[in-house]
Amino acid sequence: MRTVTAQSLIAAVRDLCIRVNHEMGADMRAALERARGQEESEAGRAVLDRLLENAAVAREQLFPICQDTGTACVFVDLGQDVHVEGGDLEEAINEGVRRGYREGYLRASIVRGPLDRVNTGDNAPAVVYTRIVPGDRVRLSVLAKGAGCDNMSRLAMLTPADGREGVLRFVVTAVAEAGPNPSPPLLVGVGLGGTFERAALLSKRALLRPVGEPSPDPSLAELEAELLRRINDLGIGPAGFGGRVTALAVHVESHPTHIASLPVAVNLDCHSHRAGQVVL
Amino acid sequence: MTAPTDLRTPLSPEQVEALRAGDSVLLSGPLYTARDAAHARLASMLARGEALPVDLRGHVVYYCGPTPPRPGRPIGSAGPTTASRMDPYTPALLAAGVRGMIGKGRRSPEVREALRRHRAVYFGAIEGTAALLGARVQEAEVVAFPDLGPEAIYRLVVDRFPVAVVNDAHGGDLYEEGRARYQRRPSG
Repeated sequence: MRTVTAQSLIAAVRDLCIRVNHEMGADMRAALERARGQEESEAGRAVLDRLLENAAVAREQLFPICQDTGTACVFVDLGQDVHVEGGDLEEAINEGVRRGYREGYLRASIVRGPLDRVNTGDNAPAVVYTRIVPGDRVRLSVLAKGAGCDNMSRLAMLTPADGREGVLRFVVTAVAEAGPNPSPPLLVGVGLGGTFERAALLSKRALLRPVGEPSPDPSLAELEAELLRRINDLGIGPAGFGGRVTALAVHVESHPTHIASLPVAVNLDCHSHRAGQVVL
Repeated sequence: MTAPTDLRTPLSPEQVEALRAGDSVLLSGPLYTARDAAHARLASMLARGEALPVDLRGHVVYYCGPTPPRPGRPIGSAGPTTASRMDPYTPALLAAGVRGMIGKGRRSPEVREALRRHRAVYFGAIEGTAALLGARVQEAEVVAFPDLGPEAIYRLVVDRFPVAVVNDAHGGDLYEEGRARYQRRPSG
């Protein structure tokens, strides 16, 4: 057994929360630069220029990239040969979020109850997904998930008869109906198969993949390319002002499913996509 | 694109009449932030016939919950949130004299009709430029509902704050017009 202390988890989550909210990933920056080269609309190019300028100012002058510093979604891949010492794993993650959001001047955006709406004041608790994996390492991934785009996400329990075309239509319709609201150009996460809740989780995990990296499964990579083409034919464009680039990339993750089912989930992430990871 | 128009807030009726969907505008002067929780309170105060804690007549309401300031700064990042969540409350606020709003995303048919009826304007700002927008804020002060934290009403004073007219007082809509120019019908 390898020992990882709760204190080191707290520090790692704190640092990740601050980093992802101030430093746009190189993958996301490259995707915006590619989009700048492809965009035909003058208004769209101006939006992309401002997004890249914003990312530079955020990093250099320590302003968060977006004022919605998100729900802290923390994905933990916990090696089965790791012993966490000195505290509770999930509480350590929440403490890391508290410190990161307070010490990083990030916004407290979480209310303690969906109906009573009282702000917790420190952006905790996080939404934590833990998997037990082989090995003696801990991989922590933080997705600071904006709500404007999460609100535009959709899930459908399609049937096998709906097939590939049904999946294409559902995903493209979800993006079309979202229109300008989720802050395009988007990163589109798609979860395909599994069960109701697995499809939703896959669609969120899909957002952790480096932006624009195709699925290793050739048939899914082809589906991603076709989805991207059809989404970019919608004309919504950067900030919804009209243009060719409505999505930067589509990432599809899939899982085996029941003979009766074809679940599909679409999780949208905005042009301020913020994700990062660290391995302890 | 045409050069941006400089406008001072609060807005006059004449300034609003002259605006058209798609115009770029640089706003200078006071803005009042209000988002979900503040709107719910303002709307219930109006429904009860109470005076609002802030006089919003002629003013521009900004759908924004900023990040906390670092020491020495008035505010942190300050981009717009999705406007449609405020749609249920907006006609009442426009009837109470609000003359402009800044947010992102589409408005309901009821809001667009209320913009025409009350001669008001809805501006769009770009959420992913929240750092640049925060840097345009010169002063920030909580003026109502401090218990709401980031959802409190702030009075901001901004300098050349960049927005685009999304819905004007004449029925124009930037999103519909922009998308129509670039939409490709699926082949077959």
